Amino acid sequence: MKISVASGKGGTGKTTFAVNFSLFLNNIKKNKIVLVDLDVEEPDCHIFLKHKNFKRKKCFREIPKVNEKCNLCGKCSEICEFNAIAVTNTKVIIFPDLCHSCYACIEMCPQKAFDIENIEMGEIHWGNIASNNFYFVEGKLKIGEVMAVPMIRQTKNFSAERFGENSYFIFDSPPGTSCPVIEATKESDFVVLVTEPTPFGLHDLKLAVETMRKLRKKFGVVINKAGIGDQSVSEYCYNEKISILGEIPYSREIAELYSQGKNIINLPSINKIFEKIHKNILSLL
Amino acid sequence: MKELVVISGKGGTGKTSLTASFAYLAGENTILADYDVDASDLHILLEPKIKKTYQFYGGKKANIIKEKCIGCAKCQEICRFDAVKNVDDKFEINKIDCEGCGYCYRICPTDAIEFKDNLSGEWYISKSRFSSTLIFAKLDIAEENSGKLVTEIKEVARNLANENNKDLLISDGAPGIGCPVIASLSNANYILIVTEPSLSGFHDLKRILELVKHFGYSAGCIINKYDINKKITKEIEIFSHNNELEIIGKIPYSDSFPKSLVLKQTVVEFDKSDIGKTVENCWGKLQSKL
Ligand code: SF4
Ligand code: SF4
Repeated sequence: MKISVASGKGGTGKTTFAVNFSLFLNNIKKNKIVLVDLDVEEPDCHIFLKHKNFKRKKCFREIPKVNEKCNLCGKCSEICEFNAIAVTNTKVIIFPDLCHSCYACIEMCPQKAFDIENIEMGEIHWGNIASNNFYFVEGKLKIGEVMAVPMIRQTKNFSAERFGENSYFIFDSPPGTSCPVIEATKESDFVVLVTEPTPFGLHDLKLAVETMRKLRKKFGVVINKAGIGDQSVSEYCYNEKISILGEIPYSREIAELYSQGKNIINLPSINKIFEKIHKNILSLL
Repeated sequence: MKELVVISGKGGTGKTSLTASFAYLAGENTILADYDVDASDLHILLEPKIKKTYQFYGGKKANIIKEKCIGCAKCQEICRFDAVKNVDDKFEINKIDCEGCGYCYRICPTDAIEFKDNLSGEWYISKSRFSSTLIFAKLDIAEENSGKLVTEIKEVARNLANENNKDLLISDGAPGIGCPVIASLSNANYILIVTEPSLSGFHDLKRILELVKHFGYSAGCIINKYDINKKITKEIEIFSHNNELEIIGKIPYSDSFPKSLVLKQTVVEFDKSDIGKTVENCWGKLQSKL
């Protein structure tokens, strides 16, 4: 089972939901629960897990590296759609930030003049949280690295290889509606869209809904910070026949717990809400 | 012309509400830009009239002409993005997965693949309800190249400011630390980071500041909702002091933020007393940085 947690805009409580929902599932399920933080630009789940001894490995992406067989024919720079290669009279210049690792230049070079170079793009951290069946993986993009998608892809593949397909995966996706969120949701069985009841929340929820419809995903909405704004999100969901899985109320207590990196699942009223959300997800699968 | 870029690393810190407030305080003689092209929100508060719409072509996409495909599977073998799918021994390209590298198009033995510019969004020149010019964009769903779109509208905003002798450009930056935010920062004179005193807010502040320093920009920060966790606020202040990040202001937690949002007002219009004054003071201090 794979569930992605996403939101059109950041700061709606996506991470809070992902972490607490994983903890909730861990309490009620026998399966291995694997929380995977795919928000590789700003991975924050670990803050709420209070776990220090993560295993780590460096992640690399492959880019071309020219060797002595090059005769400066210039074909590679014609081929590269991303302007990642320039060929001058004396040398080939490669711009690693622009390269998408498509291999076109490497495999089409008439002289076979390219080797492959590994560029470090970030790290994967993982570990067993507490003693039981709860695992955590996060991808973390290196500062200054421009491309999130390859990092997300590697983190996802790593989790699948390491923890097998029988586990219950919760993916904390990056915010937005473009490539990174697609990468983080496309294989999931269900997507939870977390939003807040304000005009910003509504605007970005509409984009997120459009994205999920385009991907033909099953999804439902969790309204976080319920009570701070107005009814427009609920009305929108009602009109669009989108299931509201549950509402998590706003309170200063929750905001303070959050600020300290504490979880809310132990509050009895919140646990009840998660129970309901879980039931609603099951009924939609 | 000076450009102020407001960023936050983490969402939900009040970045857009504050940017809109500064836009209000700066008045009509300013150019405004929204670089959060994925989920642009600034326009919700500024209710602009759109003057001109432009199309954005982010890159190309491949498409297989069914009649010409002989099913050799070469394209599927070489595509590194798993975008080519086998449908009844003919091949099709999933537009969402295609990164537009053109490799398949170049090697197809029967020239069955077309490779065309892909319309991936729009951008607008508009007039905000404060009479200032606002440039914002909408990237289509599931598109890439938001960094390229940011660069494109940034150039337009800067040119407009220069041509019209405006001395200030206020921009709402993209989230995260990747390509779109890096594109947002380019050529900025001052970066304002809006943060909040939570462990995750602080964590993201450190990450985004590292990025800002990596590119050598000068920056200041506003701690919003500072009284939600005074201990972390103190830590942020010490951290800022040690890292040449000036504290521009501290704003207490207030429901004026969501309340003003619901009315589609900026917080300075809605709350003329405490919060409004605090935000005005921040603005005063920011102006001296530009
Ligand atoms: S691998 Fe692809 S994107 Fe990278 S330099 Fe070669 S052609 Fe360009
Ligand atoms: S253009 Fe590149 S990414 Fe798109 S289908 Fe062809 S080989 Fe794959």
